[in-house]
Amino acid sequence: MKPGKEKETISLTVNGETYDLEKGVRPSGVAPWHTLAETLRETLGLTGTKVGCNHGACGSCTVLVDGKAVLSCMTLTVECDGKSITTIEGLGDPAKRTLDPLQQAFIDHTAFQCGFCTPGMIMAARALLDRNASPDELEVKDALSGHFCRCISHYHVERAVMDTAKKTR
Amino acid sequence: MSQEYRFIGKATARKDALEIVTGKAQYIDDVKRPGMLYGKALRSPYPHAEIVEIDTSKAEALAGVKAVLTHRNVPDWKTGIPRHVRVLDRKARYVGDAVALVAAETEEIADKALGLIEVQYRRLPAVYDVEEAMKPGAPQLYEEFPQNLVPLDVKVFGPKSLSEVVMGDVEKGFAEADFVAEGTYAYENAANPLPLEPPGVIAEWEGPDKLTVWSATQSASWHRFIMLSKMGFPDIRAISTHCGGSFGSKNYAAQPLFYAAALSKACGKPVKVMYTKEEQFGAFSLRLGSRFRGKVGIMKDGTVTAVSGTWFVDTGAFCDMSQAQVAVGCGEAQLMLRCANWDLQTRLVLTNRCASGVVRGFGGQELESAFHPILSIAMEQADLDPVEFFKKNYVKPGDGYYWREGNWWVCRGRDYSKAIMDGAEAFQWQEKWKGWLTPTSVQGTKQVGVGLGIHGNADVGEDESEAYVRLNPDATATIHACVSESGMGQRSSLCKMAAEVLQLPLERVGMTPPDSLLNPFDFGLVGSRGTYAVGSAVIAAAEDARRKLLELAAGELKAPAEELDTRDGKVYARAKPDRAIPWSRVMGIMQTCTGFGRFKPDYSVPNFLALFVEVEADTETGKVDLRRVVAATDVGQIIDPPSLEGQIYGALGAAGMDTALFEESILDRKLGHLLNINMIDYKWRTFSELPEFQNVILETPIPTHRYKAVGVGEIATSPGPSAILMAASNAVGRRLCEYPLTPGRILKALGKI
Repeated sequence: MKPGKEKETISLTVNGETYDLEKGVRPSGVAPWHTLAETLRETLGLTGTKVGCNHGACGSCTVLVDGKAVLSCMTLTVECDGKSITTIEGLGDPAKRTLDPLQQAFIDHTAFQCGFCTPGMIMAARALLDRNASPDELEVKDALSGHFCRCISHYHVERAVMDTAKKTR
Repeated sequence: MSQEYRFIGKATARKDALEIVTGKAQYIDDVKRPGMLYGKALRSPYPHAEIVEIDTSKAEALAGVKAVLTHRNVPDWKTGIPRHVRVLDRKARYVGDAVALVAAETEEIADKALGLIEVQYRRLPAVYDVEEAMKPGAPQLYEEFPQNLVPLDVKVFGPKSLSEVVMGDVEKGFAEADFVAEGTYAYENAANPLPLEPPGVIAEWEGPDKLTVWSATQSASWHRFIMLSKMGFPDIRAISTHCGGSFGSKNYAAQPLFYAAALSKACGKPVKVMYTKEEQFGAFSLRLGSRFRGKVGIMKDGTVTAVSGTWFVDTGAFCDMSQAQVAVGCGEAQLMLRCANWDLQTRLVLTNRCASGVVRGFGGQELESAFHPILSIAMEQADLDPVEFFKKNYVKPGDGYYWREGNWWVCRGRDYSKAIMDGAEAFQWQEKWKGWLTPTSVQGTKQVGVGLGIHGNADVGEDESEAYVRLNPDATATIHACVSESGMGQRSSLCKMAAEVLQLPLERVGMTPPDSLLNPFDFGLVGSRGTYAVGSAVIAAAEDARRKLLELAAGELKAPAEELDTRDGKVYARAKPDRAIPWSRVMGIMQTCTGFGRFKPDYSVPNFLALFVEVEADTETGKVDLRRVVAATDVGQIIDPPSLEGQIYGALGAAGMDTALFEESILDRKLGHLLNINMIDYKWRTFSELPEFQNVILETPIPTHRYKAVGVGEIATSPGPSAILMAASNAVGRRLCEYPLTPGRILKALGKI
């Protein structure tokens, strides 16, 4: 790159695959106002990330950016240049069709009802277990307290996360 | 004691579990159609105003805009009961009422175009109070509804639809009473059911009279059979995606559907209208407002001798299903209180706020939450324990009641006394109940109190359902039924019922997608009807298919069909189980074997749920915390344990229990704006604030279908608000009557502010 000239693309590594997205308003590109949620869903077609409120208050759009749980509806894509993003589609080993132990625990405990909050809950729980392999119940609740679930899957979710922690410790 | 089954009653993975946990489940905003445009609505900033002029020329000139619609050029479709709600009107009747629509290539362009539409309004006075709205001279929302009263004689459930409860002789009843309590109380916080996923619809016309709609809905068929007559009878194909929560509100979505369909018609392209969270909060579907002015008479032993009064129902800016809720509310009041003498009148009233629509609880929650303070006063006067009172007064087998369609039904269901008593025992009610307005314990500024609410609904057997079950030669079965998935797990539970009849491994039973073209009629998943009504149709279809299969096999197995059985995709004579032939041989590989089942309405087996709650009030800060909940019910037979538990935990969601503590749509009564239409200002319970929650679920066979089960999902929210009011009153030793119990109200009741 020539000195003084701005880079023409935004580089995102999503679920292990690197995308160089053109800056600009074309549908395949990244506009300055595009949120990470928009880029993931609309540009990359990764619709597993859900947008419940689009104002950072419900947790449903949670993804991992460099291993940390963030709200993708409150994060601009241009801020993510060079970063590594994991979405619900990238958990487990999609190539081998194996699941993350958390995904399996959510299945085993029926830790969802309508399922719309589930991807965000699983991503937040993944971030928690990655930094704390043995959380207690309060730590689980705390990590998920920003996640809205109107069906009230909370009790099942808590069991699923605690069970995963126990099994994978 | 429940019978041992192979699948029924066992916890099994939801059929759609893998899709949900991997993000592959498709919700409405995940669907795109080729060439699809995006539709948006411009909304009124005034609660009541005439549109004097509307100039759309600048919006139309914006690149990427494909259509702009106003009241001048929208199709002449109407919704509402009776029909009074146009796609767009010359008048705005609440802050947020749509006045223009735009379709554009992107959402950004559509948003920009909305900003270019110029509207001149003539502001009109607005009215927000249900009784003010009925006064002569009050602002009129619709010319055709004087005093803002919506007609109740609209035959929503047929010629005798219930809009009042009148029977016996209330004068005589009150004369017999030892105690009479009266007053006016309200449950008017118009809380929002607030499913996480906002409503959305995609509409695509394949010809002038052929429309396909995709939406996230709780009841896939409504967008066909309810909308047909509202839109001039086009052939509507209604398809439901996964639905990200509904709680009644997304049974159908007439406004977004009208907008998408009108814009699609104007552009000749598919149009998606996806509401923002703000629109879901302020322009979609709130709970009914409910005010009850009346009295109740009871005897010393808790016998209810008379109920009279007027139920004022605030439906907001229009009325699209409220008569149905009035009817069901009137029915449910009779289930809650066995009483021979009634004079319960109703008024259905329009006000200038976002409309009320279908919400879990459906009339009954609203009426009972407003009625409970009066009942509590009566119980207090008689010094009756609410456990004993409700146990005595909830409908029993042999008791009768008028149900929503106006017929007299005699209960042939369960006596739920044991469920109440088992719940009370699990809760340790006897130890905790210290009498009316008496705390269970006091420790410094923390005062603990307990309360109880009950609810039941006879709609578990409402309306009609049809299903086909198709047996395939590869030893699989496919259920054809128009059933959506909005969180209840009912599609999986129906597969269990069919698998049990057919003795086929559960993974070999599947279901067609919720699509009105592929499936026979089903009314949908409302009123807890999935288990009994839809279940009956699917079971009957599976039994019919099984019978046909056995008849087909009779020749080859040289035994009459009655002596044959099927298991794991093979048919055999019970006398010679070793000689089993596969389904492929029975029907041949080029045939299938299909059975049909139909359910007809039955309102004779009400369900029941009691919620026991314990709250802790801080007399210094006025904050009330919910500490413990015990839910008690009898479901006859559990179909899927985790799904049932989830439905009952739902008591905490969907504008349920927390409408007594902090949930409300706060209306500015000067400007008509709702003030808390985002997820920060609208309060909701977080993980960190979960109470201890215990379910006591009995399984006493109930005379429904072969699995003796009855659903309870819909009613989980209903007993909560009144239970909390009672518990908080006991905690602070003052009679609290207003929802929600904000710290300010508690401190005021304590005389501290």
